Amino acid sequence: MAIFDTAGAVLAPPAPATDAAEEEKPALLSIEDVSITFGDFKAIKGVSTSVGENEIRFFIGPNGAGKTTMLDAICGKNKVSSGRIIYKGEYDLTRMREYKIANLGIGRKFQAPSVFNGITILENMELAAAGKHTLYSTTFKKLSKDTEDHIRYVLDFIGLDSKKFEYPTRLSHGEKQWLEIGMLLAESPDLLLLDEPVAGMSRRETEHTAELLHKVKDECSVVVVEHDMQFAKDVSDKVTVFHEGQILDEGTMDEVSKNQQVIDVYLGRGGEA
Amino acid sequence: MTKKKSYTWVVAAVVFVVLAVLPFVLPMFRVSLIAKYMCFAIVALGLDMIWGYTGIMSLGHGVYFGLGAYVMAMYLKLEASGGGLPDFMTWSGFDSLPFWWVPFGNAGFAFAMVVVVPVLVAVVIGLLTFLNRIRGVYFTILSQALAMILSVLLIGCQQYTGGSNGLTDFDTLLGFSLDASSTKLALYYATLAVLIALFCLCTFLVGRRVGKILIAIRDSENRVRFTGYNTAFFKVFVYALSAAIAGIAGALYVSQVGIITPSDVAVSPSIEMIIWVAIGGKGTLAGPILGALLVNGVKTFASESFPDLWSYGLGLVCVLVILFLPGGLMSIKDVPARFRAWRQAKSGGAVPTPELGEEGGQA
Repeated sequence: MAIFDTAGAVLAPPAPATDAAEEEKPALLSIEDVSITFGDFKAIKGVSTSVGENEIRFFIGPNGAGKTTMLDAICGKNKVSSGRIIYKGEYDLTRMREYKIANLGIGRKFQAPSVFNGITILENMELAAAGKHTLYSTTFKKLSKDTEDHIRYVLDFIGLDSKKFEYPTRLSHGEKQWLEIGMLLAESPDLLLLDEPVAGMSRRETEHTAELLHKVKDECSVVVVEHDMQFAKDVSDKVTVFHEGQILDEGTMDEVSKNQQVIDVYLGRGGEA
Repeated sequence: MTKKKSYTWVVAAVVFVVLAVLPFVLPMFRVSLIAKYMCFAIVALGLDMIWGYTGIMSLGHGVYFGLGAYVMAMYLKLEASGGGLPDFMTWSGFDSLPFWWVPFGNAGFAFAMVVVVPVLVAVVIGLLTFLNRIRGVYFTILSQALAMILSVLLIGCQQYTGGSNGLTDFDTLLGFSLDASSTKLALYYATLAVLIALFCLCTFLVGRRVGKILIAIRDSENRVRFTGYNTAFFKVFVYALSAAIAGIAGALYVSQVGIITPSDVAVSPSIEMIIWVAIGGKGTLAGPILGALLVNGVKTFASESFPDLWSYGLGLVCVLVILFLPGGLMSIKDVPARFRAWRQAKSGGAVPTPELGEEGGQA
């Protein structure tokens, strides 16, 4: 993409040529005036934003601001009360079942690492990487050579290739997070939804994750919910600040960190910032 | 992993060889008993697929065992009546055979229905429950209610089903006398062949990706769903598969035991089936076969010798296994290692968690 031609311009406003190109194709994901209600509680109130292709977007904000709820809505775990979530310009995700959304190339990582402990690491990867999910293909079809190469590549990248015949119960917390991210990458997604991917990781592991996200950005867009502001600063193209179910501000990390309101409700309150 | 696989195969092979040899050394009466246990072993195999691997506990598999058995019994009854009305229908004042009984006079139709009827019922129940995300203990309770419903229904429709007496007094199967030793022996080996074939089928499925998906559903169904698999569909599949297996077992059972009654398909036999799997070792395929054979063998022996104490004994064994041998008989080989780990933990060392692997699912 043009973004890489202008070296070092990742966070800078895109060149005019790119601008024109972006106007032509619709955003990968556009959230249109979405509200989510649980009983009387309005968790999300009229949120609109859009995520472009090959963009890394961070959702930040205080606890209970609705970040995870928004992710849940995108992947079909939560039903929205009003509004639409349009994916690739044609699919309305609010009307689809979870597994169908996943098959459209949307991968989701939950906050707690959830990998399958009863099968080996390699088998975990194979389940995620398999292109077809029918009974017939899972019973009779072997994975294609390309898929197997892809799995090997991802396992190598997340540093678990030597352990692939072991069970995930043997892995450390950080390694489990990695395995789960690896499984998502094995799906070759177009949109990755990561809920606190670096929680509980050491600084080094976090940097490794940042490196990984920069790499996968070539192939897909990523939405990350995260409290680690250094990580957000290192990785994000754009951040969206949530507060009490609404969007407070949106822009690059540098822009939003100058916004007095954002500082008041979130950044200024200490924590990891 | 390969070690675990080959261990399962060794246990299974030993069991199958012993079963194949037994008719040469035991009197016919004992052979028939063992044939009955093998039918139970087949049920246990199917239950292991759904409970051991997929983590869905069904306390109502007597239903599918019973459906297979009743379908087969209808055919045997019609063959025994020689074109006339079955005896119990004459007693209830029927002049002619109810229309839905008629096709069961055809052996091919009846044999097909042994599988088709349980599968259809399982698919309907499965779709209703799994699509509505009824799971865990709620499904278990529902499945148990199912067993209750079927037995009540069978007793209630006495004129069609023989009521609480069930269906019995069969003469021949495909023209061969059921009392003849040669028929009994043939049925014995047919049952063994079915057991081995279904064991191979289940081993095949478990080794493929579909088997890994079942285990993954047991570990975290949500995660499987967000990986893009329609988990409800896979659950319906495994439920129907285990129902079909139970139906086949029921058909073989009624042919050899010569009677099927509502009490054979009610709640308590369904719970016993779960006990066989638990004692044998769920998630191992060979374990549940071993469990069903041993528990029923001991049951026969014990109920001949101590008829009053038997059920307490079974309950006690079940509790002991769940407390001290969660992997069942198949995990006896791990006991020394577990004991060492326990001693080490007691002496204050770090606790090395024993490798649970495939056996380590939740109930």
